[in-house]
Amino acid sequence: MTPFRYERASEIASAGASAAQPTAKFIAGGTNLVDLMKLQIETPAQLVDISRLPLDRIEETAGGLRIGALVTNSAAAVDMRVRRRYPLLAQAILAGASTQLRNKATTGGNLLQRTRCAYFYDTTKPCNKRVPGSGCAALEGLNRMNAVLGVSDHCIAAHPSDMAVAMTALDAVVETIAPDGSARTIPIDALYRPPGNTPHIETVLEPGELIVSVLLPPPPAGRQVYRKVRDRASFAFALVSVAAILDLDGDRVRAARVAFGGLSYKPWRSAEAEAALVGAPATRAAFDAAGTAALRNARGYGHNDFKIPLARRTLRATLTQAAGLA
Amino acid sequence: MDDWLSLAHLISRRLFLKTTGVATLALTAPPALAETAAEAAVPPSEHVSLTINGRRYAIDLDPRTTLLDALREHFALTGTKKGCDQGQCGACTIIVNGQRINSCLALAVMHDGDEITTIEGLAEEGTLDPMQAAFVRHDGFQCGYCTPGQICSAVALLAEHDAGWPSYVTADVATAPALTDAEIAERMSGNICRCSAYPNIVAAIREVSKGGRQ
Repeated sequence: MTPFRYERASEIASAGASAAQPTAKFIAGGTNLVDLMKLQIETPAQLVDISRLPLDRIEETAGGLRIGALVTNSAAAVDMRVRRRYPLLAQAILAGASTQLRNKATTGGNLLQRTRCAYFYDTTKPCNKRVPGSGCAALEGLNRMNAVLGVSDHCIAAHPSDMAVAMTALDAVVETIAPDGSARTIPIDALYRPPGNTPHIETVLEPGELIVSVLLPPPPAGRQVYRKVRDRASFAFALVSVAAILDLDGDRVRAARVAFGGLSYKPWRSAEAEAALVGAPATRAAFDAAGTAALRNARGYGHNDFKIPLARRTLRATLTQAAGLA
Repeated sequence: MDDWLSLAHLISRRLFLKTTGVATLALTAPPALAETAAEAAVPPSEHVSLTINGRRYAIDLDPRTTLLDALREHFALTGTKKGCDQGQCGACTIIVNGQRINSCLALAVMHDGDEITTIEGLAEEGTLDPMQAAFVRHDGFQCGYCTPGQICSAVALLAEHDAGWPSYVTADVATAPALTDAEIAERMSGNICRCSAYPNIVAAIREVSKGGRQ
């Protein structure tokens, strides 16, 4: 670990000013950042510890919930309001990591965790995200875990979160405070920047801008299901995951929400799949058509070609379960 | 163990660690990295107070020190093990303010004032914690390296289950599930045992969850 100055933030309003320099970083749970610092992938000169700020509560809003940025993943997943009204979110959080990590990892940190692309971690290899302009070793490399949608020839890293996939399906809104004290809200789907030719810039957050909470709108009608496919039964990142909310009118789809994990630089909400589902019968053929629509623009890079048919089949399985047909 | 013995043990142990540590570094660290680390300014140390197994500890630490290294290298509590040092194996699992965490990914300075239980704190006056006794009875280990983490994790698991926590394998997350073997396996997935003593670990936890010996 390179040396850093440590500062404990005592107020939400002033935390951002300390962290506004490009060499400073917020730290909360630290489950991702400390690991990256040990590997010298992250080398902050200053750490601003926000873990004691009063952002660890889950509050009722008009029909929804506001989850503080420092609510741990465990605390969010065991909250009975989350479990009853947003079972999709509880399932997704419980699908990620281990209990030890979830006890430490926070809501804000989970959203901002870095990719687990093998070449981002391997400091002997080029990586445009780690060292801008150095190239992308994953394009021609062992890219089995990498993305197939929305990425570029500069970076094909996938976002690793499960929680964020469920939040994307739930139309969550990220609430932030800038160093000058101004607040803004960012729909979660707009939080992440496409890699383009600047994959080292991952979100629209400004320097020192602090996520203070995530707002969950009232849950939409319909049955919520999160399904994750991975290399082992537990404690592994998703190859593909699907968050689906399906509202049926008899045997027809009245409304649908579909978001994928493991496929892109962000949780991938599929308007194409949702459009294909609305008004369609709740049948295997309709679910397959939705999958075809969702993956139409997908591109594999060799080792990860399997993700495209796997995503279609995982969507079908998830929708079948959400429709009560499984 | 009398004080002389424990001190001698500590010193020889630390010498051993230093020697092997240098050898490993020379083999694996690229020269540039070693130079950077040597030349870099040491950050100002931070005062840290911790309550560990009911006893107060206070020390000035380099802020880079993890809880794991603070326990092992500064407080001589070597029951907590360093496996992967990156949050994947669970050997370093300890209980902080009632919750199990990976101590390798926690900076000690961020835990100033916290209450910590390690494997050394589970037995009371020479009597093993029921979970420790169950691991012995069921042979829930082979080499034993992951065992302190497994046991701390299992103790916390029971408290989480008592509090009604669901898991990924819980069919309806709004319910508090029975602690089936599938639930135990899922909840213990953050602790890896490369000797693969898993069936016996599950048996030990199952027994304690049901209130004792079966």
